[in-house]
This record gives sequence, C-alpha cells and structure tokens, in this order.
Amino acid sequence: MPQHDVLVIGAGLAGQRAALAAAKTGASVGIISKVHPVRSHSNAAQGGINAALDPEDSWESHAFDTVKGSDYLGDQDAIEIMCKEAPDELLELEHLGVTFHRNEEGGLGKRAFGGASAARTYYVADITGQAILHVLYEQLMKHDEVHRYEEWFTTALVQDDEGKIAGAVTRNIRDGSMELFAAKSVILATGGNGQVFNPTTNALVCTGDGIALAYRIGAPLMDMEMIQYHPTTLAGLGLLITEGARGEGAHLYNAEGERFMEKYAPNKMELASRDVVSRAEQTEIDEGRGFPDGTVALDITVVPKKRIHEALREILNVGRDFAGVDITKEPIHIKPGNHYVMGGVKTDTDGRTSIPGLYAAGECACVSVHGGNRLGANSLLDTLIFGRRSGEHAGKAAKGAPMPTPSQAALDSENARIRAVFDRERSSRRVSEIKAELGKTMDEKCSVYREEEGLREALEVITRLKEEAKTASVDDRGTIFNQDLLGAIELQFMIDNAETILVSAIERKESRGAQYRTDFPERNDDEWLKHITVQPNGDGETPEIEYSEVTLTQWEPEERTY
Amino acid sequence: MAEAQDYTLKVRRFDPESGEQAYWRDYGVELDPERSVLDGILQVRDREDASLAIRCSCRAAICGSCGVRINGKSALACNTRISDAQETALNGAITVEPMGNMPVIKDLIVDMDAVHWKKIQRVVPWLLPEREPPEGSEYKVPAEAMIDVTQSMACIQCGVCVSACLSLEVDTEFIGPAALAKAYRFVGDPRDDHTEERLRDLAEDPHGIYDCTHCFACIEVCPKDVAPMSQIMRLRRRATGDFGIKDDNNGYGHEKAFVDIIEKWGTLHEAQLLPRSFGQGSMIRGQLEPGAVKQLLTDMPTALRGLRSGKVTPKKALLHPKLPGQKNVRRIYEEVEGKDERLELNLYITGHGGDEPEPDEDEGAMAEGSEEA
Repeated sequence: MPQHDVLVIGAGLAGQRAALAAAKTGASVGIISKVHPVRSHSNAAQGGINAALDPEDSWESHAFDTVKGSDYLGDQDAIEIMCKEAPDELLELEHLGVTFHRNEEGGLGKRAFGGASAARTYYVADITGQAILHVLYEQLMKHDEVHRYEEWFTTALVQDDEGKIAGAVTRNIRDGSMELFAAKSVILATGGNGQVFNPTTNALVCTGDGIALAYRIGAPLMDMEMIQYHPTTLAGLGLLITEGARGEGAHLYNAEGERFMEKYAPNKMELASRDVVSRAEQTEIDEGRGFPDGTVALDITVVPKKRIHEALREILNVGRDFAGVDITKEPIHIKPGNHYVMGGVKTDTDGRTSIPGLYAAGECACVSVHGGNRLGANSLLDTLIFGRRSGEHAGKAAKGAPMPTPSQAALDSENARIRAVFDRERSSRRVSEIKAELGKTMDEKCSVYREEEGLREALEVITRLKEEAKTASVDDRGTIFNQDLLGAIELQFMIDNAETILVSAIERKESRGAQYRTDFPERNDDEWLKHITVQPNGDGETPEIEYSEVTLTQWEPEERTY
Repeated sequence: MAEAQDYTLKVRRFDPESGEQAYWRDYGVELDPERSVLDGILQVRDREDASLAIRCSCRAAICGSCGVRINGKSALACNTRISDAQETALNGAITVEPMGNMPVIKDLIVDMDAVHWKKIQRVVPWLLPEREPPEGSEYKVPAEAMIDVTQSMACIQCGVCVSACLSLEVDTEFIGPAALAKAYRFVGDPRDDHTEERLRDLAEDPHGIYDCTHCFACIEVCPKDVAPMSQIMRLRRRATGDFGIKDDNNGYGHEKAFVDIIEKWGTLHEAQLLPRSFGQGSMIRGQLEPGAVKQLLTDMPTALRGLRSGKVTPKKALLHPKLPGQKNVRRIYEEVEGKDERLELNLYITGHGGDEPEPDEDEGAMAEGSEEA
C-alpha cells in the first residue's frame, strides 16, 4: 500500500504548490492527478497574477479591491493574508524561473486588470498560468522525492473510525488497478466544476471531483451559488478571451455600435468587476441590442499591433483557430460564459476543512477570498498562496503523527461500485446524454440572471438526472485507459456539484456578486451578509443548509459602483 | 453558423486487451465545418462508442493532450478544423491515428512517458542559478531576453513535433525537437548560470543538437509556433558563435563549412563540404585531419552512387560554378554580419510596426529557418 505523510490530489497550480511546500517541511509527499500535471486547467489562466509589489501600491489597496470585488462576501482575514503574502510568492516564482514580462529597466512589468484600482497584474504574455504550471512542474521533476502518480483517478476518500482522514482509493488509469493509499493528510486540489455547465470556458477535466469527494464524507461546501460568468467567451464553444485584452485597452460594443459600459460603469468602463460587465452584456443582449448570434463585440483592434503580438498572442491564435477572426483587424463576438466557481470546500486560512486531516486549496476550496465575485488574476494567487499554506501546514502536522491504516473495506466497496457500473444495462441512458442535459439546464436556469421558479425547475431536472446517472450505461468494460468508466463516475460527481449550487442559489434571496436574482434584485446586508454552507443530511442524500458568518476586519460593506 | 455537414472519420483503433491487431474503423459524424476533428471524435464517443480512447481536455490548444495524426500529419485534434481535414482526406475519409515515434497504449493514446518526457528529463529541465536570488526583489534581466524565451515557454508539451520528427524516426535516441526547445528556454534565460555546460552537453551528445537534419517538420506542425527547429538552430549558434564549442560530432566544423561554402559559391559545393567540415571551415586544415579520411571512407559509397547516377561528375565535383548573382548572396552575409546584435526572428519580437503589413505566421516561421539554410 503506498503511504505518504501528505497525499495531494490534483496537480494544477494549487496541488503542485502544495506538494512542493509539504516536501520542503521534510514530509513524504505523493501527488495524484487524473491527467498529466501539465494538462491541468491552470494552463488556461491567461491574464496574470495580482500582487501589490510596486512600492507605490499597497496590499491594503489590493485587499480592498478584492473585498469590494467579492461584494463584501469574502472573508477579510483570508483576503488580508492573500494580499500581504502575494509579493513574496510572486518573487519566489520568479526566482524559480517563471519568465515574467519585464519593464524597460529589467524589473517585473505589469498590466491593468478588472476591478483593480492600480495596475498590479504580473504576467507572461497571455500564457501566465501555463508558464507558472510548467515551471512548477520543472521543480517537481527536479525534486523527485515527491512521488508523482500521473494519470491516477481518485474515487473516494477514506476516514478512520474517528472520522479522521486515513487515505484515498484510486484507480491507476493506465492499467485499471485499484489502489488504497494511506496518508496522514490529504490535500484536495482538484480545481473547479465548470463542466456542470455547457458551454463553459473550463476544460473537460473540470468536473468538480474534489468538491464532491469532500461533500460525500460530510465536509461542508460554502458559497456554491457563486458561479462566475466571464464577460468575454466565444459563443458556442465557450472558449475564453482573456480579460487581459480589456486590460490592454480593448472596448466592448453592442450591435448598435454603442460602447455600452458607459451606462453601467462610467468610471471603470470595461474594467469593472466581471459580474458587473457580464450583467451589462447580458442586459444588452436580452434587450435586443446584441448581434443575432446572441453576442456583443470585443474590439481589440484599438490595441497596438506590436503589443497584441507580444502580450495577447494566445488570443490571436484562439481568434484565428476557433472563430476565424483576425483580432488585429476586426472585433470578435463574445458573450458571458461559465468560468469559475467562487465556492467550494469550506476551509480555514491554512486550508483545513472540517474533516480532520482533510485540506483543500485552489478552485475546489472556499477560504473564502473571492466571496460573491472573483477579481481577474486573483485565482492564480489563491491557488499559490493557499496551496503553499496547506502544504506547509499538512507537512508540519505530519511530524510525529502515526501513519493511519485505512480499512480494506473502503477498497472493497469501491471495487464493488465499479463492478456495478460494468453490470449496468446497456439499454439505459448514455452518460453523454445525461451530461448534455445537465449542462444545458444549468446554463439556462442558473447563469447571469436567476429567479426562484427557474432554479426550482432546474433542481427538479437535476434530481431526475441524479437517479438516471446511477444506471447510466457504459460501452467500455476494459481495464486499460477506461475513460468511459471515469466519465460515469465524474457524472455523479458533477450532479452532486449541481445540486449544491442550485440549493444554495435558491436559498440566497438577494442579489450579490455573481448571484443576481431578478426576484430579489437588491443586495440585502441585514439578512444575507453571511455564507451559505451545504452538507449532506443524515441520509447522505439531500443537501442541508447552514450559515456561516462573514469575517469583517477593516472594511464595512458599502454600495458597490465602478 | 454554417450548416452541419457529414464527414467520415477513419480511426485507427487498438485495444491492448483484445489480443487483436490494430484496425481501422469508419465513423460518420455530423458537424459544422468550423468545428474540430476533436469535436468529431467526441461526437463518436457521445453517440456511438464511448470506448474510443483519446486524451483531451481544454478543446483550445492549451493543454496539449490531443496530439494525433490526421491524414498522416501530426497535429492537435482540437485545433484542426474538420473541413480543413476533409480537404486533405484520401478517398473521402479523414484518417485519425495515434502520434508517431511513441508506443501506442490504446486507440489514440500513446506512451508519452516512454519517449517525450524521458527526453525532457534529459535536458536538465529546471533553472540552475548559481547565485542566491536577490533579496526581496526579482532578478533584473533584459525585457527582450524574457520575451525571447517566451517562445519556447509557449510549448505545451503536446508531443506533436516529436511525432513528426524525421530524425527521431531513424535515431530513436535523438533528444528531439520538444526537449531541445525546452533546453533553449534555459540557455536563453539570463538567470541560468550553466549556459556553457548545457550547450557543451547538447553539442557533444551524438544525439544532440547536431542530430537535427533541418527538415522543418517540427516547425510546420507545432500548434503553438514554438518553431522547435529554430530553437535548435539558436542552440547551435550559441554553442559555436558565443562559446566556440568544437564538439566531437564536428557539428561546429560542419556548420562553419556550410556557411563558408555558401558565402563563396552561393550553392553547396559538395566535394568541398567534407574536407572543410573537418578543417573547421578551412580546406587545407581539413585535409590534414585524420577523422576526415575515416569519414571519407564511410561516405565513399554515397559518392560513388552519385557518380554512377550522373548526379555528380568529376568535373562538377571539382569545378563548382558560382551562383549567378553571387554578389547578392554576399550582400546578405554583409547585411546580417554588419548588425551589432545577432538577428533573431523570434515570433514574439519580430518588431511588427504599428501599421506595417506583416508576413503571416507561416512565412515568419520560414524566414526564421531560411536564415540558417
């Protein structure tokens, strides 16, 4: 049985950062990922990473922007930690080899980003996430004392009799063998759940696995209703056009040629918070001022060509390859699209969840630094800061602690579960059909604008899909690279995610951040300045709602304008 | 949106558990012409057979998972438009098969660890600074240097160039285009303090930078414009030009002979290439070099074949005519060598002026390579 002091599940930025930090404390570390680490979706973070590094900037200013961006739902103690530690983290990445863009003096160069009162976004062209991910992977190759399990899929977390984490059950995708891991602590770093929606900017791997794994053993999820719709995604495919484009000066126009952000955010214009810009676009589209394909136009031609080549190269490729548009010559049609989940497994500022020994970091976690709306270029920061903090804490906690012995019964029960998948009737509904209905339903009823009736309809659909998923048929009964089987398991993870998103969205009877309820269009601090948490009730089937206080330190809620 | 159209995907299937050989199977798909080959494969999985295995994730040419060969050409399935693939399809069916130069695990999935990642490991793929990093500050380095290495940082490790590499086909030990592009990322990074050792290592390795035959295949197929071959040529230039590394493979001498011959005649004077290669560009020194005789003996059958077929005549071999307009070739040399800085046509710093028309991507990549030829 493989044994590690710290077992990290997921090898994107949060996972790799956690693994490296845990190893630095002297702990034995394993890192499991269902895809090769450099395939992780952290790759897709294009624009950059925020840090108040400039002496003229301050962490307080960064923190305030983040608090305001969160629509005051973010926990201010966690936000303070993130913003204070950002400059050192950025420098550490630079020292490890990230090829950050330089200014003329050879120091780190920065760009403007949405919702920020100062330019504090550091970047590598528009491949920032990819560059950092690959550099961290260089470090993992260097530090081969961190044991990498690449292309292994975690099917369940294992607890001991007292409820403490004891390990995990995994499937080696390459040969289909099932393996029980023993670990003193487990750090979930499995990323977001965008695949619950269709379309989405998220990769096919973003199926909310870690969120569901934690939920199933009783860890509360928090802020799950807060789903970010990014203002600039391609219609149809949902691919992302970086906020960096607007950071570099690109404008938004409706079909009437009007730069409509003047009406919604006269000061920050295109660089208001994402929720604000997405709502503005959706309003234009809904009120008939969009293009016939349900979009508005992003005009990047105003950015100098040389700058586009140097700083927006990826977008040049995406425009050419996926929309047939040369962004240096013509505007590109975009719309708001599913992008990010602010919510996730509730943790403290060291990444600890309510289950002893279980940590979470990155998009699958909710610290909560993003509250109702995440600022662009704060997600990379979140993964790195809280990935590192989780790794450090778990590594130190492992010292002197005994290695648990996870029960063989856990492995047996997962084996039985997989056999049962293979035994399903071939005539039942296909995994792909259920997934398609799930994504469409969520995008229709739980996107930029929501109201109770639609959310309840969606919940009804999801409740039916949950049953159907239990019998969904699979074509592949093999052991080697059985992606079909994994898809069937992921589908059930996704449905758990969808259900908790919907019950939280129904519960929050106000409009705040990404949650805009047309039936409750105002923010209501008296009743709803609090987090909604969800955990399974006694029968383990239906979600149960509780509340958690928002931590305020120095910023009282104010009206939010841009 | 254009109307959906019918396409046939001819997919190479292999089930390692069946005991059967790989086989081809046709699948009909219905897709908008601007959708990708990957969308086609996913439609097959969704509607018909979910056991068809392919690694894929981002659908946007960022994660590097879905490298395959489409109508024989290595590419990412996600950024190959299905209508474009149809244009090069034989007998109406778009063939999709796993990448080359790597063992197949199942269907379209190859063993990247056994080849690609092993080669990446070979180039010591992490930064090696000697100095302690500056306290409380970043390393101060020229802006251009960071943009320069960004081209190789843009590599997504998809393995498409490894699949297409002709040198790898004949020498499986060749470090290969992706790993050498990765090597340039450190060689070109001013924060790394092992530049010379890295270059010496890659020059001395018989499967290193001089094993590239300059065929452009990697440049042509790279979905991210990393232009691996150009990075290899940069490694050579750094090795010879900046460090004068004279390697056991005689890559230095060979390259210098090429450059000198073209400067003198405008086209390749093959009879002079070998002796000059061993003389590190000099004809006279080359004839005194014992290695040259050995190489001459090995190459003799090729030379004789050339004579027999009439490709080479003794007259042609000894009296090589100058290219008409050789003056212009020399002017290129003067132009390039007259610059203070070495001309590097990195795609990220091609210096596109505001309103100037610019060459499209492919031409840019060609220009970059042609500079070497």
